[in-house]
Amino acid sequence: MSSARLQVPPRIVQGDVFKLRLLVNHPMDSGFLRDIDGVLIQRNVIRHLLCTLNGREVFRVEPTTGVAANPLFEFYLRATESGEMLFRWVDDKAYIGELRHHLVVEPANASKPTSN
Amino acid sequence: MRLFACRLYLGVVLAGLVFSLPLQAQQRIIALDKLQSGLNFSGAEVQSLQADEFANPGNIALDNGNKLWAKPDGNSNKSCQSCHGELTRMKGVSIRYPAIDKASGKLFNLEDRIRNCRVKNQKAPEWAFESDELLAVSLAITSASRGLPLQANIEGAAKSHFENGQRIFMTRQGQMNLACTNCHDQHYGQKLFTDPLSQGQANGYPLYRIDWQKVASLERRLRFCYTGVKAEIPSWGHSDMRDISLYLMWRGQGLPVEAPAVRK
Amino acid sequence: MRSRLVSRRHAALRLWQATLVTSIGGGWLRTAQAQVDKLTITGLAEARLRSFEEMVRPYVQSQTLTKEAVTLSLPMLADNGHMVPLSLKIDSPMTEEAHITHVYLLSQRNPVPLMAKFVLGPWSGRADLSTRVRLSGNQSVIALARRSDGSFIYDAQEVVVTEAACVDNG
Repeated sequence: MSSARLQVPPRIVQGDVFKLRLLVNHPMDSGFLRDIDGVLIQRNVIRHLLCTLNGREVFRVEPTTGVAANPLFEFYLRATESGEMLFRWVDDKAYIGELRHHLVVEPANASKPTSN
Repeated sequence: MRLFACRLYLGVVLAGLVFSLPLQAQQRIIALDKLQSGLNFSGAEVQSLQADEFANPGNIALDNGNKLWAKPDGNSNKSCQSCHGELTRMKGVSIRYPAIDKASGKLFNLEDRIRNCRVKNQKAPEWAFESDELLAVSLAITSASRGLPLQANIEGAAKSHFENGQRIFMTRQGQMNLACTNCHDQHYGQKLFTDPLSQGQANGYPLYRIDWQKVASLERRLRFCYTGVKAEIPSWGHSDMRDISLYLMWRGQGLPVEAPAVRK
Repeated sequence: MRSRLVSRRHAALRLWQATLVTSIGGGWLRTAQAQVDKLTITGLAEARLRSFEEMVRPYVQSQTLTKEAVTLSLPMLADNGHMVPLSLKIDSPMTEEAHITHVYLLSQRNPVPLMAKFVLGPWSGRADLSTRVRLSGNQSVIALARRSDGSFIYDAQEVVVTEAACVDNG
């Protein structure tokens, strides 16, 4: 089953500050609601969500029950290098969700040497 | 004096007959050019959530439905795609439902058809009513018909189902003694507590309901309407729900399919 | 003769009126009663509203706090408290020397005061964020941000959250 979807600009040039949109599949059960039979639905929310680029943390969010189900997170990154982007999140049930994305960052101009 | 009494009596009888006659099949309360999707009665946030191509909250289920479509399953080890092809080829399919299933003679909605196909053809375990997988695939198939106008075949074997659906729609029920028509034909646009009443159209189903924080079928929504008027809720799979669905497709004929739709 | 005719018409008219009034009036009464019942069932008992101090003190402690550089955006009237879009912009150079380190989204009325905590840094390039929150009723929302020098900045907004038309758990 799908865990998340990610949106980044189609073309990212080194030095750009670009927006990422991440939509995560998670019920974010608050533990305050009851189901149709009146039974309390146990709390199960994402405890933390981490984004690393080539192993370095570049974004972290720690949501609580106050974040809506199927959460959307939009944030920015300064484009410095291409590499392996990994989104990883853990919830109350210790379920680990992951999304990988290969980030392509074009050099600023042809004459400039590619970084790293 | 006697003549007057006779006339009065006749008048009362005739009036009684007129008001108790069932609506004829082709009688529309809301004219075709006055039909409005529930989206029109939704607030700005709901509208922008639906319009967001990326972050529409129904997209997760849609992604899942697309994946499930291509996933081999069951003893047949076939995927839906093995027989039906790409989802794009399912354009026009969802708007044919509810339809009579030739094998059983019953009126099937799209979810019934998917459940049936899974067991019969895919030889896979049944998906429960309102399960995530069922809703995901239903949404994926419905998305293939995005933008197409609602239609309904109410002739032949479907006719009695249509008439039953119409009858239910027009009949008061529940502790609140309300018929669907009282709110959704006679008072749409006016407030019920804090929300404007919609026309109760079905062109968005299955849709993401923010209140339930997940995708929901038309059947679930209709059952919830029964809760709203404090009527006894029929069991899952009840034919009345399908009959009402068929009537709603006829009533909303021409409205474009919205998928994934978002409502509060 | 004439008086008997009038009285029969009169009786018929009165009977018709009585029927009308009873059915409409009965319908109205039932609806009104249902509304009262619904209010009691939903239990619109308002949770205690936190004070500004209570909301920010755990994070700010003895640091400076100023209302500047942060622009919080939420709808003034939220369709549904289960999913309220929230976005914020923070004016910060996001350099190694001066950047935002943390952003806290705080609720005045929710059972849990902290809705989310974000960790940013110079790598972020921009300290703008968006998400979708849950709001349990009318309240103030605060976006609190910590600068790299330890000081805090914030913005606040009032949101009106309308109740759903029908009782939930359908």
